[in-house]
Amino acid sequence: MHIFTFQDMTLVLDTSSGSLLEVDELAGKIISLLPQHTVEAIRETLASGYGQTELDEALAEVFKLVEEGNLNGGLPSEPVLEIEVPQVKALCLHVAHDCNLRCKYCFAGTGDFGGGRTLMDEATGKAAIDFLLRSSGTRKHLEVDFFGGEPLLNFDLVKSLTAYGEEQASKFSKIIRFTLTTNGTLLGEDETRYLNDKKMALVLSLDGRPDVNDRMRPFDGNVGSYTPVKEALLRFVQARSGQNYYIRGTFTAHNLDFSEDVKHMYELGFREISVEPVVGGAGETYTLTTDHLDTLRAEYDKLASFYLERQQAGEPFNFFHFNMATYDGPCFGKRVSGCGAGFDYVAVTPDGEIYPCHQFVGNPRFIMGDVFTGIRDNTLSHEFRQANLYKKPECMACWAKFFCSGGCHANALHTSGTLLKPDQLSCELQKKRVECALGITAAKLRSGR
Amino acid sequence: MSKHVKTLIQGNIKATAMTTACKECQTSCQSACKTSCTVGNQVCQNSK
Repeated sequence: MHIFTFQDMTLVLDTSSGSLLEVDELAGKIISLLPQHTVEAIRETLASGYGQTELDEALAEVFKLVEEGNLNGGLPSEPVLEIEVPQVKALCLHVAHDCNLRCKYCFAGTGDFGGGRTLMDEATGKAAIDFLLRSSGTRKHLEVDFFGGEPLLNFDLVKSLTAYGEEQASKFSKIIRFTLTTNGTLLGEDETRYLNDKKMALVLSLDGRPDVNDRMRPFDGNVGSYTPVKEALLRFVQARSGQNYYIRGTFTAHNLDFSEDVKHMYELGFREISVEPVVGGAGETYTLTTDHLDTLRAEYDKLASFYLERQQAGEPFNFFHFNMATYDGPCFGKRVSGCGAGFDYVAVTPDGEIYPCHQFVGNPRFIMGDVFTGIRDNTLSHEFRQANLYKKPECMACWAKFFCSGGCHANALHTSGTLLKPDQLSCELQKKRVECALGITAAKLRSGR
Repeated sequence: MSKHVKTLIQGNIKATAMTTACKECQTSCQSACKTSCTVGNQVCQNSK
């Protein structure tokens, strides 16, 4: 159980059931005593501060929830993993290991992932689609994310693989959902028309205010990208009537006041926004550390207030991490297994090599096979699949585990040297985002909007 | 009517613990280098 406050509310998240409660002061005290105390001990502890009738009522309400299994119950058992051969359902397809920006925090070495600047050819791309279809087993809904580098540097391939994927998927009675992640610099009329006709979901990169964006996202020659990108993204989003996109930014130690960047992008007219803490870059001036945590938590609170205010004013506005699926969220199995890197989801390079995910590309230890001959052996796949929530001691002790699924494998490995120990800074930020998302949900329920 | 505790959301974790995940829902990349799709943001495909 996790007791926390959001604005003027005291909320309780019951970890094992996922139920969210709003409690008054007395019920909050009872619940905080629950794990180590009997009902008699709780009554004795609180008797001096409350009347007997009030205490009896509150105890009855709390223990009714306990009896119903919605408070302080045991965790479900670890799910049995029955299928040993990976059933891949999603590809991160690196159609370009090249980029026209020189972002200073780029985990992909400004696009080449530490290798040469290359583009995927059509034969490799088609082989990747074939690999996905033959590896997906009984799964019907498949995904291909055109990724890079900058995937629009290989726009002709994006078009031909989309057509090929649609044609092949229908033969196998499957559905491929295509997405594309782009820096927006190459979104011309042709690209816009095509991507909108195909209703392809897009992730569009912009970091926020002009100076913030240009400091970290210059073109070659250190020329800022803000103005052309902002104009291209506004045109693009308007052309698709504001549907099916996310503006995605990164915040670093240079813009700890990142809520101002979200507000800036909102004021530009964007309504679907996500900003993420920078990853990697240990020792760089932009690197986030635990010293920044108090400031960052306060920023999420500011952002949550702004978000709620806009939503309650009837303005459409989605901030990705506050948009919690509370009623129709994922099942227990999904919450335990997380992203599925290495068995549900893999990355494919321009040469056709398969990696557990895009974060591992360029590290030869993590090559799993290639799209022409398939996954060579299942050792890595098994290693990733076994690294579920129940194998991570820190996660099992954490109240937020079923909302984050143990975090990012790559991030864990890079900071801790093992898949089984999540990155502490990421954990703390994740927990703050979950608190904000649950608090926003509670506030909206209370106000009816 | 509860005076002290209000259930705002009835969680589905225990209710779905006895079933096998169908894996038809959208992939949830948890890396902040893309967009970290916290599983909490994911919607069950079967509820659509």
